[in-house]
Amino acid sequence: MKEIKERLVNGIIKENPTFVLMLGMCPTLAVTTSAINGLGMGLTTTAVLVMSNVMIAALRRIIPDKVRIPAYIVIIASFVTVVQLLLEGFIPSLYSALGIYIPLIVVNCIILGRAESYASKNGVIPSLFDGLGMGLGFSLALTLIGAFRELLGSGAVFGLYVLPTKDHPWLIAGREIAAYTPISIFVLAPGAFFVLAMLTAIQNKVKIEGEKRGRDMSKIGSGCSEDCMNCADSGCSMRLFEGGKENRDHKSEEKEGAAND
Amino acid sequence: MSDYRKVSSNPHIRSKVTTRSIMLSVIIALLPSACFGIYNFGFRALLLILISILSCELSEMVFNRICHKDSSAGDLSAVVTGLLLALNLPVSVPFWMPVIGGVFAIVVVKMLFGGLGQNFMNPALGARCFLLISFTSLMTNFDCDTYSGATPLALLKGGKETDLFSMVLGRTAGTIGETSMVAILIGACFLLYLGVIDLRIPGSYLLSFVLFLVLFSGRGLDFGYLSAQLAGGGLMLGAFFMATDYVTRPITRNGQYLFGIFLGIMTGIFRIFGPSAEGVSYAIILGNLLVPLMEKITYPRPFGKGGEKA
Repeated sequence: MKEIKERLVNGIIKENPTFVLMLGMCPTLAVTTSAINGLGMGLTTTAVLVMSNVMIAALRRIIPDKVRIPAYIVIIASFVTVVQLLLEGFIPSLYSALGIYIPLIVVNCIILGRAESYASKNGVIPSLFDGLGMGLGFSLALTLIGAFRELLGSGAVFGLYVLPTKDHPWLIAGREIAAYTPISIFVLAPGAFFVLAMLTAIQNKVKIEGEKRGRDMSKIGSGCSEDCMNCADSGCSMRLFEGGKENRDHKSEEKEGAAND
Repeated sequence: MSDYRKVSSNPHIRSKVTTRSIMLSVIIALLPSACFGIYNFGFRALLLILISILSCELSEMVFNRICHKDSSAGDLSAVVTGLLLALNLPVSVPFWMPVIGGVFAIVVVKMLFGGLGQNFMNPALGARCFLLISFTSLMTNFDCDTYSGATPLALLKGGKETDLFSMVLGRTAGTIGETSMVAILIGACFLLYLGVIDLRIPGSYLLSFVLFLVLFSGRGLDFGYLSAQLAGGGLMLGAFFMATDYVTRPITRNGQYLFGIFLGIMTGIFRIFGPSAEGVSYAIILGNLLVPLMEKITYPRPFGKGGEKA
């Protein structure tokens, strides 16, 4: 139970895929023109992430190390296809709003990253909650970015006009008030960068303040050792080509044995 | 700074030129355009200029205070940014526009990247483009008390005739500081005389722009058309005051020629093939982004380096 909570907190806050890990930037910047699009994209990715994490964790002892990336891609792509068809059938408006970014979930680095760094080394249940936590963290981030962009760029949140714009003025004492002029750059591409940068800065600020007050804000290690200088020696890049050491020792021993033959 | 120089190190012969004195001369050089803008568009133009300068200075001071940095407000660079930003606004914009622009120019474009000398893009132009994209209809509304109707450039784009004499003098619609070619050239001559700027960037900019027009505008060597294109829009202001910004231009000599030629071609492309009549600010911003690359390919080779080995 403790581990489940830990995975959720890790995914949503401590290792938030968008604000901390900076993964999956393509959908983050491209589809967050409104809060509802951000939420839709986030939940779609969450669904795929949970299912692929479970499947990969279940198959982790069967998939050979050398072909694991293609195997993961096949699993992820299958789930993406399922989700895409479901969306097209049941929520066509969201399907048309997200467009090409639904099939592109296949190459979303959050999903492949979790498969590689967590699900391939841990059991089914923790992997499920890792996927859920990461997915919810991604959804939260996308919804936040979308909400800010929508608010500044068109004066609305979730389609509700909360600011007095020209098209949707407030009626106060019989007079039309249209005090807010939408800053339309925020619904265009540059606005995504502005909002993402600001939210990341705020997140870092909160983290630093929290550490000052003695709260533990460190990431829970899961794959990345946070030591970028030495990552090339021990991290994922080696694992991609030579098979890993951590949790994979039995396999690398096998490989060495094979080489000796 | 002087407190840190207890022990004298080289250089021992120092120029009296400081950031402050350069910025001051730029401000003086911009005064003719600003005064003409106020004369041309009325009291509202003066208010916009003052609001813009104030918001730039204030945001620089507040940012420095929040980030616990030494105050850099005394070097007057924020005043230049504010003045340039105001000169790039139409007179009809609401008064909050220069405030948003000033904050964006100073905080986002300049201070977040490390302050004066570190900004990758001209702050005033960055803010102008931010405003132009955000509030397109307000920023391209050139109707005011004195003038109504299209700017000379828009007329040119539509294939109509313009009055060249009033364009050179500046009695046309446009942004506050861009209309008068004469006022801008007076300021530019002042800067050239002081040696604050040189003709490398403006010269290659204007020449390549004219060449581009002769080749691609379809009007050939039409003298009236060419001079109207030169006098219209923000070309003069951009070429002499914004492309020559020390921070965002290449430092190598050949790089500066390259920069000017690039700006000329881009401005030509935007004006002739683009959907809007004006393209100087986008051209300069694009050029700013390419400055590191231009410096890289034009970096002079030290004597004795490279070449064939004997």
